[in-house]
Amino acid sequence: MIQFLQQLLNGLSLGAIYALIALGYTMVYGVLKFINFAHGDVYMIGAFAGMYITPYVWKILPQGADSSRFSWSTAGGAFAVLALSMAVCAVLGVVIERLVYRPLRERPRLTVLITAIGVSIFLEYFGQYLFGANPKLFPEILPDRVIEGLGDDLILSVNQVVVFAVTLLLLAVLCFIVLKTRIGTAMRALSYNPVAASLMGINNDVVIAFTFGLGSALAAAAAVLNAINYPAYSIDPFMGILPGIKAFVAAVLGGIGSLPGAVVGGLILGVLETMVVGYGSPMYRDAIAFAVLIAILLFKPNGLLGRAEKEKV
Amino acid sequence: MLQIRDLNVNYGAITALHGVSIDVPKGSIVTLIGANGAGKSTTLRAISGIARTGGGSIRFDGEDITRLPPHRIVERGLCHVPEGRMIFANLTVRENLLLGAYRRNDKAAFPAELDYIFGIFPRLKERLGQSAGTLSGGEQQMLAIGRALMSKPRCLMLDEPSLGIAPLLVKTIFEKIVEVNRNLGITILLVEQNANLALEISHTGYVLETGRIILADTCANLREDPKVKECYLGG
Repeated sequence: MIQFLQQLLNGLSLGAIYALIALGYTMVYGVLKFINFAHGDVYMIGAFAGMYITPYVWKILPQGADSSRFSWSTAGGAFAVLALSMAVCAVLGVVIERLVYRPLRERPRLTVLITAIGVSIFLEYFGQYLFGANPKLFPEILPDRVIEGLGDDLILSVNQVVVFAVTLLLLAVLCFIVLKTRIGTAMRALSYNPVAASLMGINNDVVIAFTFGLGSALAAAAAVLNAINYPAYSIDPFMGILPGIKAFVAAVLGGIGSLPGAVVGGLILGVLETMVVGYGSPMYRDAIAFAVLIAILLFKPNGLLGRAEKEKV
Repeated sequence: MLQIRDLNVNYGAITALHGVSIDVPKGSIVTLIGANGAGKSTTLRAISGIARTGGGSIRFDGEDITRLPPHRIVERGLCHVPEGRMIFANLTVRENLLLGAYRRNDKAAFPAELDYIFGIFPRLKERLGQSAGTLSGGEQQMLAIGRALMSKPRCLMLDEPSLGIAPLLVKTIFEKIVEVNRNLGITILLVEQNANLALEISHTGYVLETGRIILADTCANLREDPKVKECYLGG
């Protein structure tokens, strides 16, 4: 039982990270109806942005010598790294959309899809050129501590709680943006019918750029939270591929285009993955995502919360 | 108010409009009638900027709007209620209405205008919080018109407002179109397959046939025209 609870906790914190990446896939799909396969690489850039930003943040917010004790300076530093990485990726997302996808807006979707794979490869190899091919250690921006008193065998770290809390906060902000703001309503309108949206006076270009920015910022958040979740986290220019694919599976599992679906899909996939590792064999860690993808495409192609796309007549 | 000169629209190799010219004077109701596929909807789509023009010019209030993107055209007070209504079924009735006012900043004026819209379409008020997808066809048409009114248009283009609607509601909707024209002074360009109805409420009419204007006259004259009678008014 303890082991099950343990795996569940670990799975949920992994799933939270998949969920954040999956939201980017699903939002972009919502407005443009294509899968941005470069999204996993935006996640990678988010990790590197965090790594390079950290020393600058630490100059302004000096870190105490005793890293095992909580300090506002450390917490503020971690938050600043998170926020700045999100900003970097938001800009990156907007730039990618502007330079690459917008000129192809009227082209067949397959063209855009193949281009997305091109962008993905570009980011990976340009990343290799820029950051070097060797894995780098992400600095410990939030020293970890185990929460005591949960029983002898159950291990929950402070940082896991932080990951949950920040993810929930980001989801709340996202909900607010999508459901309550003018641009969020425009996003929903555009995803339903772009022509009608433009007849309302919505500038579709602006809304699409905003969506890319938002999704990319969430990918950066996922990268930094992942670094907070796993101590001694090493990053390299190809690190985005697997999480990218898994988050894509999570988005499909939840129903592509559905925001709650992306979250549910991410959490399910995270839990499944840790369960497979915990009870089965670590060898199948990555296989489970693909098994889920095949199963969902066979039995419920619209995903758990997706709505069936009706062909418009 | 709206002047269209020699408008051409091509879909790939097919020419949908051959040099269409239409004048919509301020304060009038002008109707465009014609058979299926004559190019009525294409004309409206070209004016509102969602179909690319292949030549000709469109002037609104003296300003050339031919190459403007749709959101810039709405901003100028020319609003298109498209064929099939195109309401956002995933949003509530209220959200749909407010989207109509997307480009406006004078939020303080919204409640009074919403009240006016509820005055002409009381059904919308009852269904304000409901998802727009649950509305009947007629209610969706009311919503589409109400949404367009929220953009505070000076000219309204309506594409087939009678399509797929119960006959009783068609009458109501046409009455409201006339009311909006008279009371708010909104100029109207109406595209309609139901020529009888359209010619009844409009001042001038244009007859479109395979992408060309073949007749243009006052509606009174058009109703007496033998060809119009035979082809569009059912003898």
